Amino acid sequence: MSTGDCGKLLLLQAELDGELDAAQAAALAEHRAGCPECRRNEAAILAARQALRRATYHRADPKLLAAVTGRLAAIPAPPGRRMAFPWRGLSTFGAGAALAAAIILTVLPPGNRGGVAALVDDHVRALQPGHLLDVVSTNQHTVKPWFDGRLDFAPPVRDLAAEGFPLVGGRLDYLLGRTAAVLVYSHGKHVIELFVWPASGRDALPARAARNGYNVAHWRANGMSFAAVSDLDPAGLEAFVRDWRQGP
Amino acid sequence: MNKTASGAIYNDSMGPDNAFAAVALPHLDAAFNLARWLTGSRAEAQDVVQEAMVRALTYFPSFRGGNSRAWILQIVRNTAYGALKARRGERLAAYAAFEEGAAIEDIPDPTDDPEKALIRFHDAARVDALIDALPLELRETLVLRELEELSYRDIAQVTSVPIGTVMSRLWRARRMLVRAAAEEGSR
Repeated sequence: MSTGDCGKLLLLQAELDGELDAAQAAALAEHRAGCPECRRNEAAILAARQALRRATYHRADPKLLAAVTGRLAAIPAPPGRRMAFPWRGLSTFGAGAALAAAIILTVLPPGNRGGVAALVDDHVRALQPGHLLDVVSTNQHTVKPWFDGRLDFAPPVRDLAAEGFPLVGGRLDYLLGRTAAVLVYSHGKHVIELFVWPASGRDALPARAARNGYNVAHWRANGMSFAAVSDLDPAGLEAFVRDWRQGP
Repeated sequence: MNKTASGAIYNDSMGPDNAFAAVALPHLDAAFNLARWLTGSRAEAQDVVQEAMVRALTYFPSFRGGNSRAWILQIVRNTAYGALKARRGERLAAYAAFEEGAAIEDIPDPTDDPEKALIRFHDAARVDALIDALPLELRETLVLRELEELSYRDIAQVTSVPIGTVMSRLWRARRMLVRAAAEEGSR
């Protein structure tokens, strides 16, 4: 019965795991060249490695990230330390977006509010400073497929360059306890973000809200909720919403 | 490599308030992957990861830098063991006894055939089942090495054993895996 060990087994394994330095590897190489056990063991190690390449890598889903950040945020900061979890450190725009999420609460019907979840989502967003775009593209045919596979819904993507609101890209974000698609448009020096997520309610015409210079418009159509957020003036945002709803 | 659930990118510009988040959250996928492989259950793994992250925040003031992934995974692993002990303490104890007596060469295998085993490894579900069938200590060592690509030193830290034990566990895990697949193939 073969024991499979020529005495260099763990050294061979360390070599295959990239744990040996050059001198150790050179010393092993001489032995290895003429050792049938080493050849057999190498085959076994490489077979196992190949198997592990097919093994499932279990990734955390966005709900877990939200749950973890929620748990962490609920922990009071220990004395002598500043807040253990970030509310601050937001980029200027990130702060606007976080604020917008809070504002949207006020324009949603009570059944949809989920205030606690929205607070959690603010935290999550706060972790992404300067994280305006995940995909940069002025082409809706690039942005739309980018969302496929990242979301469990298909957000409508429109470019409004002809109307003066060119699409500059998109990203994923958290809003009201779920993942939302965010389409980012520009208008001169202004940025307009359009949050899109599946809606449970009936279609609703745009409702406006404003706070600290940010304007928000929220509406529902075709099973989706939309919220446009910008520092554009109300009339400018209204024009964007109108153009968006009419389609290109 | 970016391994976060959100695809978010963390950087230095976040300031001290975000220090824990910047250290811990990029490892959320690794944490969940390890917890899932240890517990065998998505739901339990989610609980373990949440609990571990809360513990990690508590321990954070004593984190002295170094490999943050190994640090987080060590906490995740200990939390998972706590959950497993509560669930099936007897099984852990039984395996610990086996571990003590086992030597590297104690896995005799006249029919061992890596080539045959390779054929069995084409199906991801079969591979997962074979890994799941490994004893806990061997499974975690193999997952940390091959899925998380940790160094021997980091695996030793995460699993709280000497590097020599990591090496022998790794070999036994690989050998057992290949042998199980080969046996299945010859059935």
